[in-house]
Amino acid sequence: MPVQAPQMSQATVWLVAVRDQRDKDAFGALFDYFAPRLKGFIMRSGTGAAQAEEIVQDVMLTVWRKAEMFDPHRAQASAWIYQIARNRQIDIIRKESRPIPDELAQDPEAEPDASQILAFDQEAEQLKTALDLLQPDQKEMIEKAYLGDLTHQEISVQTGLPLGTVKSRIRLGLNRLRRELKGLR
Amino acid sequence: MSAITHHIPEDMMAAYAAGTLPHPYAMVVAAHISLCSECRAALGAYHAVGGALLEKTANIAVTNSLKSNVMAMLDAPVQPKPVYDSQGIYPGPVMEALHGRSPRWKTLGMGVKQSILSETDSGSVRLLYIPAGQAVPDHSHNGLELTLVLQGSFSDETGRFGVGDVEIGDEDLEHTPIADAGDACICLAATDAPLRFNAFVPRLLQPFFRI
Ligand SMILES: [Zn+2]
Repeated sequence: MPVQAPQMSQATVWLVAVRDQRDKDAFGALFDYFAPRLKGFIMRSGTGAAQAEEIVQDVMLTVWRKAEMFDPHRAQASAWIYQIARNRQIDIIRKESRPIPDELAQDPEAEPDASQILAFDQEAEQLKTALDLLQPDQKEMIEKAYLGDLTHQEISVQTGLPLGTVKSRIRLGLNRLRRELKGLR
Repeated sequence: MSAITHHIPEDMMAAYAAGTLPHPYAMVVAAHISLCSECRAALGAYHAVGGALLEKTANIAVTNSLKSNVMAMLDAPVQPKPVYDSQGIYPGPVMEALHGRSPRWKTLGMGVKQSILSETDSGSVRLLYIPAGQAVPDHSHNGLELTLVLQGSFSDETGRFGVGDVEIGDEDLEHTPIADAGDACICLAATDAPLRFNAFVPRLLQPFFRI
C-alpha cells in the first residue's frame, strides 16, 4: 500500500488562499465550514440566535480583512478563528475592548516551512481525538470554561460545585488532555 | 534584557485564552505575553484547544442570507480601528489603555507615583513609578494583585522581579517590595479590590488617592 503523504488541513489551504490570492471561492468554503460551527459555539454561551449571527458575520469579515495576519507556522486555522471569535464576543457582550498582546512582526523574506505547518495541523487533529477520549465530566468542564462566557466563579454557581472542585476539574481535564495527546504521539 | 523567570500561572492563562479573566488581569497577561515568548507559545496552545472545541461544536445552520450578505461586504471600504504599537517600555495593550499618550503621573509621596489606566467596581489597573531604593508602601492584599515590571526591578521577601516578570500576590502575601538600585522601577499593577496600605497612607484617604 502506498504511504499517503500527510496533507495540510483543508481549512489551512483555504485560509492561505484567502491571504495570498484574496480567493473568494476559498473564503466561501471557509464560511460554509466555520459559520455554522461559530454560530453553535457562540449560542452555547447563552447568546441569542440573531446576535450570534451578527457576531458570526463580524468574525468572518475579520477573517477576510485580517487574513494577512494569519501565519500557519504559528497557529492552526481553527485556533486563529477561535481567537477572533472570542475577542469579538467579549467586545460585544462586555462592551469593553479585550486587551490583546502585541502582534509579532512577520518576516516577509521567510520561506514557508511546510513541515512545520503540517506538524501544527496534525496537532490540531490529535487535539480533537484527545478531546473525544476525555471522561464526559472532564470534557464538559473544559467546554464550559472555553465556550461559556463564564468565570470559574460562575461555573461553580451553575454546577453547584465548590470553586476549588471546579478549578481542579478543569486542571485535571487539561492534564488528562495532555496525557491523551502524549499517548497519540 | 535579563531572562524572565516569573510567568503567568496555568489557570490564569487558560482563563485569559477562554476570555473569562477580568479586564484588569487580562491587561497584565496581554502585556506580559507581549514581552515573553514562552507565555506566547503557551497561549497558542490554549487557543489550539479552543480551536479544536470550535471545530467539534455541534453546527447550527445560519440563515440563508448571511453568506450572501457577508460576500457582498468583502469589498466594502472599512475604517480600520486604531492599532497601538508598543512605545518604549510600554507594550501595545498598555499604549491602548493610555490612548497612545504618555502616562499622567500623580504623586503618592516619597517619590512614588501612579497613573491609573482603568478603574471599575471589578478592579483597577495602573502604572506605578518607584524610585530606586524606595519601598512601595507596605501593603497586604485584599484579593488578587498582579504586578508586571516594565522598567528596573524590585525585590521583596519572595525574590527579585526584573523586566517582564510578574508577581502574583494574594491575601496571604504580606510583603515589602523595594525598588532595586538603578533606573526607577515602573510596574503595571492590577487588582480586583482596593489595596490596604499599612504605612503612611491612612485608610481614610484611600478613596482620595484611589489606591
Ligand atoms: Zn512568561
